[in-house]
Amino acid sequence: MSHLPVPKTYKLYIGGAFPRSESGRVYEVTTAKGDFLANAAKASRKDARDAVVAARAALGGWAGTTAYNRGQVLYRIAELLEGRSAQFVEELRLTDGISAATALKQVESAIDTWVWYAGWTDKFAQVAGNANPVAGPYFNISVPEPTGVVAIVAPQAEGLLGLVSVLAPVLVSGNTAVVIASEKSPLSAVTLSEVLATSDVPGGVVNILTGSAAEITPWLAGHADVNALDLAGAEALDWVDLQVTAADTLKRVLPPEPGAPAQNLARIAFFTETKTVWHTKALI
Amino acid sequence: MTGASLSSSVEPALLAPAARAVEVIGGNLTEKSLRLHLEGLPGVDAVGLEARAASLATRSIKTTSKAWALDATIRMIDLTTLEGADTPGKVQSLCAKALTPDPSDLTTPRVAAVCVYGDMVPHAVAALGSGSGINVAAVATAFPAGRSSLSVKLSDTKDAVAAGADEIDMVIDRGAFLAGNYGLVFDEIVAVKEACRRDDGTYAHLKVILETGELNTYDNVRKASWLSILAGGDFIKTSTGKVTPAATLPVTLLMLQVVRDWNRLTGEKIGVKPAGGIKTSKDAIKFLVTVAETVGEEWLQPHLFRFGASSLLNDVLLQRQKLSTGRYSGPDYVTVD
Amino acid sequence: MTATETRFLDYAPAPESASILNLRDSYGLFIDGDFVPGSGKPFATISPATEKKIAEVAYADAQDVDRAVAAARKAYDRTWSKLSGSDRGKYLFRIARLVQERARELAVAESLDNGKPIKESRDVDIPLVAAWFFYYAGWADKLDHAGLGPNPRSLGVAAQIVPWNFPLLMLAWKIAPALAAGNTVVLKPADTTPLSALIFAEIIQQADLPPGVVNFINGGGDTGAALVNHPDVNKVAFTGSTPVGRMIAKSVAGSGKSVTLELGGKAANIVFDDAPLDQAIEGIVNGIFFNQGHVCCAGSRLLVQENIEAEVVERLKDRLTTLRLGDPLDKNTDIGAINSRAQLDRIRELSDIGEAEGATRWSAPCEIPAKGFWFAPTIFTGVETSHRIARDEIFGPVLSVLTFRTPAEAISKANNTPFGLSAGIWTDKGSKILAVADKLRAGVVWANTFNRFDPASPFGGYKESGYGREGGRHGLAAYLTSGKAAR
Repeated sequence: MSHLPVPKTYKLYIGGAFPRSESGRVYEVTTAKGDFLANAAKASRKDARDAVVAARAALGGWAGTTAYNRGQVLYRIAELLEGRSAQFVEELRLTDGISAATALKQVESAIDTWVWYAGWTDKFAQVAGNANPVAGPYFNISVPEPTGVVAIVAPQAEGLLGLVSVLAPVLVSGNTAVVIASEKSPLSAVTLSEVLATSDVPGGVVNILTGSAAEITPWLAGHADVNALDLAGAEALDWVDLQVTAADTLKRVLPPEPGAPAQNLARIAFFTETKTVWHTKALI
Repeated sequence: MTGASLSSSVEPALLAPAARAVEVIGGNLTEKSLRLHLEGLPGVDAVGLEARAASLATRSIKTTSKAWALDATIRMIDLTTLEGADTPGKVQSLCAKALTPDPSDLTTPRVAAVCVYGDMVPHAVAALGSGSGINVAAVATAFPAGRSSLSVKLSDTKDAVAAGADEIDMVIDRGAFLAGNYGLVFDEIVAVKEACRRDDGTYAHLKVILETGELNTYDNVRKASWLSILAGGDFIKTSTGKVTPAATLPVTLLMLQVVRDWNRLTGEKIGVKPAGGIKTSKDAIKFLVTVAETVGEEWLQPHLFRFGASSLLNDVLLQRQKLSTGRYSGPDYVTVD
Repeated sequence: MTATETRFLDYAPAPESASILNLRDSYGLFIDGDFVPGSGKPFATISPATEKKIAEVAYADAQDVDRAVAAARKAYDRTWSKLSGSDRGKYLFRIARLVQERARELAVAESLDNGKPIKESRDVDIPLVAAWFFYYAGWADKLDHAGLGPNPRSLGVAAQIVPWNFPLLMLAWKIAPALAAGNTVVLKPADTTPLSALIFAEIIQQADLPPGVVNFINGGGDTGAALVNHPDVNKVAFTGSTPVGRMIAKSVAGSGKSVTLELGGKAANIVFDDAPLDQAIEGIVNGIFFNQGHVCCAGSRLLVQENIEAEVVERLKDRLTTLRLGDPLDKNTDIGAINSRAQLDRIRELSDIGEAEGATRWSAPCEIPAKGFWFAPTIFTGVETSHRIARDEIFGPVLSVLTFRTPAEAISKANNTPFGLSAGIWTDKGSKILAVADKLRAGVVWANTFNRFDPASPFGGYKESGYGREGGRHGLAAYLTSGKAAR
């Protein structure tokens, strides 16, 4: 007797749980050839709102844990990605129509990029921060701190590598994230959320929404409780409009980039704020 | 001298002269002299305090030490019920448990006291009978918030004492403390201690609850501990159990250090009661270790140390059963109260 | 408990079982990925708590040193220098994980061989070992940001000698940055504590590290000298005593070898009258009695403000009565064994000198076991700056107490030493902490804490405490050189 497969359900990932969209909507995900693959949840603005609430709630804990601990958590995610490699490869093969060999290279590259970023958590401050030799009897130090909740439009192609390239740099310094996955090829994002759910990353640190970036992004761009916006995969949207909307609340905004952004210290730095502290020095 | 409206000299108001305070601070006790004394105490480095507590928590208490510790823990429990829904039946059930914690093992020691709201005291006294060796402690002074007039707080206290309470657990006025009115906090404690006086001239034993979770900083806890002792408390107690954080190991360590310093200064022994949040015997044993290594194991007896707890007793009984039977026990083998 | 029973404070034995160890009767040298016999005469490593033999260990002579360096050179030229930083990092991450997995086993081995309490090896040494490898794993593919400009280069083969006080931790401090930077290593553990390195060699094998990248040679001073003086070594890293450090510095002069030295200390722990007093007492105790005082950065001089000396000394003595001395493998032991008879003799000798010089000696009332090497925690009061016990490194659980009147005087006395490794400052006043820290000639300054280590925090000394830093971004610099543009 051959085995009849049990198809997977593709839901949102918010606050560490897997809800369907509160709107009840789904949309069809097809293979590269156009065959039905799955119904993925189609996120609404209320799901986005809930995701921001979850991300804000998780921020204190994630930003407040030691850099060493964040590094450990991120490194463990790499271990889990490695273990799920075959699943990621198969999903990419189906939705993107690329060969298994190409998909494997991409997945391995994604894992290496994740490891690169994981190694920055306890070093970034040493490179981006410093003591300042001010002219006076003062101790003066500058330290980078996470900016807060970051909304991210993931690259539209590039599967896992695209996701990792925009998500990992945000998490390094202690930010939390709301990610809008690629509409056409969301499977890597959902499998990634399963990896996150079984890792040690607390619920709410990463939230992943599948659906229409065109519909959801404007709500995040205008949301007063989102601190920064990464428009990496928003080339096809009215992204200048989005940047204008984001300017209402003075968000920090990164413009679109083709493909999967290269691993880059500047990408970590962009989502941090620098705090400089002065303290008097006196012997008597 | 021009008008009668200006006084040429203003006398600072004197505080109620608790004997200890007069001896240690000296002279006329005023808000200012009390404040100067409290602010002159050494500061507390929180990181260092918590590291010391964590280090004490790594002690490994096994075999004979563990057996002794479990029994000692039971002997120092104030078995507590402080719910709005408390009824005479609930209090009777609690007292029965206090008398016979483990019906399957009658060698189990009895607890030190039961702790109830003032209006439940008569039921507790009746249920325990005489000669049980178990005290009745009553919370008073508008427990837990303490937000009432002094006269209400004193009536609360007197009623409980008249009903037969052996011990009174009062709350300090945290609002007054945080606003810097140390004299007011002090005077209230003195007054409550006086309200503990019985007709025969003996006093009910007074525990002073600091509500450390609301005092927030360790420096405040140190000041409030000294203040409560200076004003005449017999015990200092961490919490009402109604606010989180309640009794943590670091805050209890800090209070034990104050008690140790008071003993070094005056020879007098004050008791310490951590209350709220101590659920397992593992936790309780960490506290016993902390007492022994900070102020000495002489303090490991009911007249100098208590646990304010409700669910702790059952966990200790489970551990006791494991030690005697060799196997892990379960909730069906201890009684609900 | 009745008076005839034991007190609660005499805690029942709580032994950590040594059965987790899979000890061999004899260990070879670890060269080119395998355990191999040594050409010298094998020696025994013993437990300093019981004086019983643990295992026999091979001894490396000059020939063995040659083989080890050759293996390191081959691995460098053919394999390690050709790997990407990302791959080097992944090997180091694997090692970090394996250390975490075998943490309990490593802690037991360390306590058995060194004599330190299991509480310390379990809670401090081994977690820091894992953390060190994790930290430097992440640097391997980020060398452009190490502070030496773009494309810095590794040095080649590093000769590393580690001491007996923190055997595995010092090994981690040496190997992790060296490998992250792309070097290969030949490391000599101390001859009284070879065990944890040999178990670590098994971890190297489990991580599938290319053979020859890490090599361990066991032996004594002559082995070390042969290693340091070997012509095919590019870098020398030594942690140990100042006298030996001096010898090494002399012998490599003019050789072109890069050198870092982490040597002795006689740190001042300064307690001001506005210190958080209870925490200061803990800091003094931790400063000199942690690891039996076998710590280069130990707070071995207490400089206490004169107006609180009596109170501090009284509280300190009270606190010392709760220290438990005994079996290193008992989980409640605070003070373990002195690492060797030689070290015990030295501590005794200097303590006797202290008494003869006129200082007042007081020791904690500890029961000393019959076998093994033990020294009760001891404090000397009435110590003056001209006393030998105020100047010489004792490297044992002995504290010298001196006084000062003003911050300036505290600084002057603290700096009045050829050493300069570390210092402690205890006060509630922030401006004083920062101003005093500014003026102390010490490589590590702890304020309201002591003996805190982190792979992200650079550690090393001024003056005769050595040069170079381990830990942090600075720790990489020792193993790199600025890249030269290709022509």
